[in-house]
Parts: sequence; C-alpha cells; structure tokens
Amino acid sequence: MNRGSLTKIVSASAVSALALTACGQAGQGGADGDGPERLTMWTHSAGNPAELEVYEQIIADFNASQDDYEVVTEAFPQGAYNDAIVAAAAADDLPCLLDMDGPIVPNWAWAGYIQPLGLPTEITDALLPTAVGSYQGEIYSAGYWDAALSIFARESVLQENGIRIPTVDDPWTIDEFDSVLATLQDAGYETPLDIGAEDTGEWWPYAYSPMLQSAGGDLIDRDTMLSAEGALNGPEAVEFFTWFQDAFAKGWASNGGTVGNEEFNNDEVALSYTGVWNALDSLEAAGDDLLILPPPDFGNGPKIGGASWQWGISSTCSSPEGARAYLEFSFQDKYITQFSDKQVVIPATEGAVEASEHFGPDGDLRPFVELSQELAVPRPETPAYPVISSTFEKAAKDIMNGADVQQALDTAVAEIDANIQSNDGYGF
Amino acid sequence: MTTATLGERDVRRRHKVGSYVVMSALAVVFLFPLVFMFVSSLKPDAQILSDVGSPRAFLPVGDISLENYFGVFDRVPVSRFLVNSVLVTVLTVGLGLVVNSMAGFALSRLRWRGRALVLAVVIATLIVPFETIAVPMVYWVSKLPTLVMEGGVLKYDFGWLNSYHVQIVPFVANAFSIFLFTQYFSTIPKSLDEAARIDGASWFTIYRRIVVPLAGPAFATVAILTFLPAWNQYLWPLMVVQQEELRPVMVGMQYFFQLNTAWGEVMAYTSLITLPVLAVFLAFQRAFVSSVAASGVKG
Repeated sequence: MNRGSLTKIVSASAVSALALTACGQAGQGGADGDGPERLTMWTHSAGNPAELEVYEQIIADFNASQDDYEVVTEAFPQGAYNDAIVAAAAADDLPCLLDMDGPIVPNWAWAGYIQPLGLPTEITDALLPTAVGSYQGEIYSAGYWDAALSIFARESVLQENGIRIPTVDDPWTIDEFDSVLATLQDAGYETPLDIGAEDTGEWWPYAYSPMLQSAGGDLIDRDTMLSAEGALNGPEAVEFFTWFQDAFAKGWASNGGTVGNEEFNNDEVALSYTGVWNALDSLEAAGDDLLILPPPDFGNGPKIGGASWQWGISSTCSSPEGARAYLEFSFQDKYITQFSDKQVVIPATEGAVEASEHFGPDGDLRPFVELSQELAVPRPETPAYPVISSTFEKAAKDIMNGADVQQALDTAVAEIDANIQSNDGYGF
Repeated sequence: MTTATLGERDVRRRHKVGSYVVMSALAVVFLFPLVFMFVSSLKPDAQILSDVGSPRAFLPVGDISLENYFGVFDRVPVSRFLVNSVLVTVLTVGLGLVVNSMAGFALSRLRWRGRALVLAVVIATLIVPFETIAVPMVYWVSKLPTLVMEGGVLKYDFGWLNSYHVQIVPFVANAFSIFLFTQYFSTIPKSLDEAARIDGASWFTIYRRIVVPLAGPAFATVAILTFLPAWNQYLWPLMVVQQEELRPVMVGMQYFFQLNTAWGEVMAYTSLITLPVLAVFLAFQRAFVSSVAASGVKG
C-alpha cells in the first residue's frame, strides 16, 4: 500500500465518522418519545410452549388494557438462563422484568441485579409463603406457583406387604421407613426406592436438604446466616447422612437408572421420591392405585423443599412503576389457574387452588396442596446459597459413594464458611 | 514363484485382514453413537429408555414414527436456527480465511520491525482459554459503536449485543489460523516475490496472484478447522444474543432440557443439526483427513 492510498483511506474514514456524528445517535430524539413505554421481559420458558402460551395471553391482555406500557418478551431455555442473566448484568443490559428460581433471589438481590418488588401486600400476602422471595426482610420476587415433592407408591403393593399408609399428620417414622424398605426388598424389589440420586445440580439440595432439616440439621445456621458450623456437620446431620449412605449400601436406593419416574411407572421400584411434575404420567401408569405420600419423619416432622420460579424487577429498569403495573395485573387467579392447569404446578393462591383442574377439591393431585402448605421449607435466604448448593451436592455425593460422613461434612462446612467470610458475610 | 514369496504374500494378506478387522471394529465404535441417535429419534421416550442396554437400542424396531421431529418443529424454530448457524459459520470461516491469510502473509513475507514479537504475541494468545475472557468481552462488545436504521434514517448507536456481527467479528481473527498461514507461506520460495517485485507487482498483487494460489492446502486446513468451532458455538451466543430469531443451533439444544427431558426430541434435534456437518464432512472427506494430518505436521 502506498502513501497516497493510505491518505485516501484515512480521509474517507474521517468523513464517514463526521457524517455519522451528524446523523445523531439512535434512540435520542425523533418519534421514539411517543407511544407506550416498552418494558422488556425475560423468561426461562423457551421450549415450554404450555407456559409460554399463558405468558403470551397475560401480556396481550395487559398491553390491550392500557396505553402507557407495552411489554415485550424474550424466552430463554432454562439451562442457559442464569448464564444469560449474568452476562446481561455484566453488559448493563438486564431487562425490566425477569423470572428467577426462588433460591437464587437473595444472591441476585445482593449482587444488585434486582430491586425490592414493591407489590401491594394484599397480593404477596395471598401467595404461598414459598412463592415469595426475600432478602434481609425485603420482598424481591413473587411467583404464580410452587412445586412439591412426595413419595409415590402403589396402594396395592403396600397392602400386599402389610405396610401402613402414612399421612401428613401421621407420617412414617424413620424406623418404620427402614422397615418398609426392607420389607419391599424382601418382596422382590431389588431397589425398592427411587430416590432420584441419578439427577444432578439443584435437585440435590432441593430433594435431600429437607430430609436433613427433618433430622434436625440444616444447610446453614439460619439465625445468623454466617456459618454452616453445627448445622451441616452436627450430630443430627451426621446421623441423617449415615442413614443416607446406608440406604445406598443396603441397596434400598441407587444412583443408577434414568432421571424421571420411568422405573416407578414400570413397577420396577415400589416407591419413588419425586415431584408433582411427574404425577400425571404416574397417574396414567398406576391409575387409582397411585398414592401421593409425605416423606418420612426423620425426627422433627416431615419436610419438603419449597420455592420455584418467581418474578422480579431489575435494578436498572427504567420504568419500575410500569413493571409493577404489569406484575399486579398478572397476579389474577384466572392466570394462576391457567399456569396450574397447563403445567401441572401447585397454584400459589387459594382462589386459584379452588379453581384448578388438578389441585381443586376434587382434583386428582389434591394431596400435593397439603404437602406444599404444611411441609414446605424454603432454602436459606442468603446470597451464599449458590455456594451452599454446589458444596452440599458434592458432599452428599461423596457420602453416597462411601466417603467418611463427618469428614465430608466438615470439609463442606469449611468451604461454605470460607466463602461467606471472603464475601464479608454477604450483608449479614 | 518361490515358497518364500508365497509365504510373504500370506503374511501380507493376514496383515491386511487384521487391519481391516481392527478398522471395522473402530468404525463400529465411532458409528454406533450416530446410529443410536438416528434410530432413537424415531422412537417414543419410554421405548428409548427401555431399549437402552439391549441391541434394540441400535435397531429401528418397535413404535417407529416421525413424531419426535414434529415435536421438535413445534418446540424450536429449527429452520431459523439452522439459517443463523449457516450464516454465522460461513461468514466467520470466509472472513477468517481473508484476514488470517493476510496476517500470515505480512508476518512471513514482509520485512518490518517487531515482526517476530508480534508473531510471538499472537502465538501466546493461544494459551488463553476463551472462557476466561468471555465476560470482559461481553462488556466490551456491549459498548462498541454500531449503525442502526431508525425511522428510515441511518444513525449510530452503542452496543453490538443481539446481532449477527457480534457472533462473527470476534472470531474472524484467529491466532492458530494466522500461525498456520505464516508457517505455510514461509515454505513458498521468496524468489517468486522478488521476481514479481521486479515486474512491478504490489504486495497485495503478490499475495493475491502468487501466494494464495500456491497455498490451497493451508486454506483448506484453516477452513475446516474453523468450521467446526464456528458451527458448535454455544457459550458466546448464549451470552450476547437475547433475541430468539438470532440464536444458532447449539443454544437450541437447551430447549429440550425441561424438568423431564424429551429424549426422543433431543435425538431428533441432534440428528437435524448433525446432518449439515455430516454433509460437509462427506463432501470434503479427503481434504478433511489430509488437512488434519497436515496441521498436525505443521503445527
């Protein structure tokens, strides 16, 4: 390239830059100021047409109901959603409205991604306690539904083996549960319980930390939220995890098989510790023989995990009042009922429960309502939860595979406490 | 014909049979996942799970239908994702060939101060994993200037997020490709340049008329080695593309992993997105094998 061409290129670039500067910046001035304000909304529901259909209905109704705001939605696949949010936060490009899994709410509130929800208390008070996400006493999110875990069984199998059918008020004690599993194994079920250990990720704390809490332990000391010492590695926790390890060692449970409820539906296992999302398939497989039972009582009453997907408002939302107007509009029983009917999830309001096809007074999945209302425990509302979750999963898997229980739990506690300290207590 | 010759022929034949047996066994090992994928894409979920662990998993038997494919098209805008991936891949590879070969030319043929240092820095960037710089890159591309049409008027704006070019431009310049071109161009005799210079050719003419026509294998190698990563892009588009209509095929995989994974649809979708790659591979099979071998020797 000779000097003449270089000069021509530099001159052309300078003229182009000047011309563009004269053009003006997009979004500044012009016709944009007219018309409704646009509210961006991100959901994790891509690939879930049933859920998206309800959102589209709510948005269409809201947009038609007023002239001030227009909600536009973008759906992401669930497995990629949190990464997309973190990247958007780094680029200062978060949407106004976003949904999030309940346990992550305190972390996102602490990180400054979301702002206090500010919905009227008559809306949030009417929701299941586990459908509301809080941090430091402030509400940051609210959801239309919750999920619940239970033990699926066939009534005929329990009767044939002389096993008592437990209730929420009179659940199996842990000794009784051990005897049930031994009886079912003797009856020919090679692995009597599908406990779901083949799954990974958030399933582990969601499914097994309520058992730990039922035994008297916990993921962290909830009074201070500053240490897991004593809660996750105390005598109660050691006792529970010893039982957990023994269950695999004795062949009562296994970490083989497939994620889902196929083994129960095919009558290859007698009991399945699984969620409401598998209930319709199991109803189809077992019919009226299906029992939806509470988990066993490890000493402090049976517990299940709570908190599913909820909605919040980003801290960078340019029109939080518009976002609140949309959310207020969306928390109508008719929409919550639609979510419940289309997705088979437990409605968060009493009115929607009554109107729901599956969870209403005569609904085939009604027992889940009682389980959710009576037994659900939220995961600890601390920004440290993502670390607690992954550390718990690792420790529990090590124990399942034969690690020394006390040592595995002490290591987990040390990791969690170190993380909390390095983050100055996460605001506690 | 002597007995020794007969014996040698016998040994050679045995070796041949033995190598065919080993290669056939390897072919089966590499082929079975593909067969499993295509066959499972025709079965309902329950049957896929019940067939696992038996030879039926590799046979199109039982309840066979195209239902999973219909399900895929209901759940995911497959054709849109395929078009996006083809566009991004073709442009990334095409622009990459031009830019990286020019860089390689400058590094191998031109004499300028700091050339060795620049080449060393380019090679040093190979050891930086993309994941470590992904988040800072998201920040920077979100601040870059761009042009948009607004109300029929061309205006400038900031932020490359949600665009095709954010999926292409960061991957055009590729250190490994530059290195390959530099190495390959170094093997072309410099006397050709000198002769062309005497005839009055510019450096660009030498690049275009002399070096590029002689560097076919290097271009094929780079094209093939950059095609697969471009087609398989997942993390970057996930972070920088929020609009569904701009997403590539790999992000679409996540659509199927709901609370209960639709395995039949996963297999149908993977079959659909594997077909273009298989077609490219079969079309350029010979070039692919020789390219990989060549890159191994030269790299």
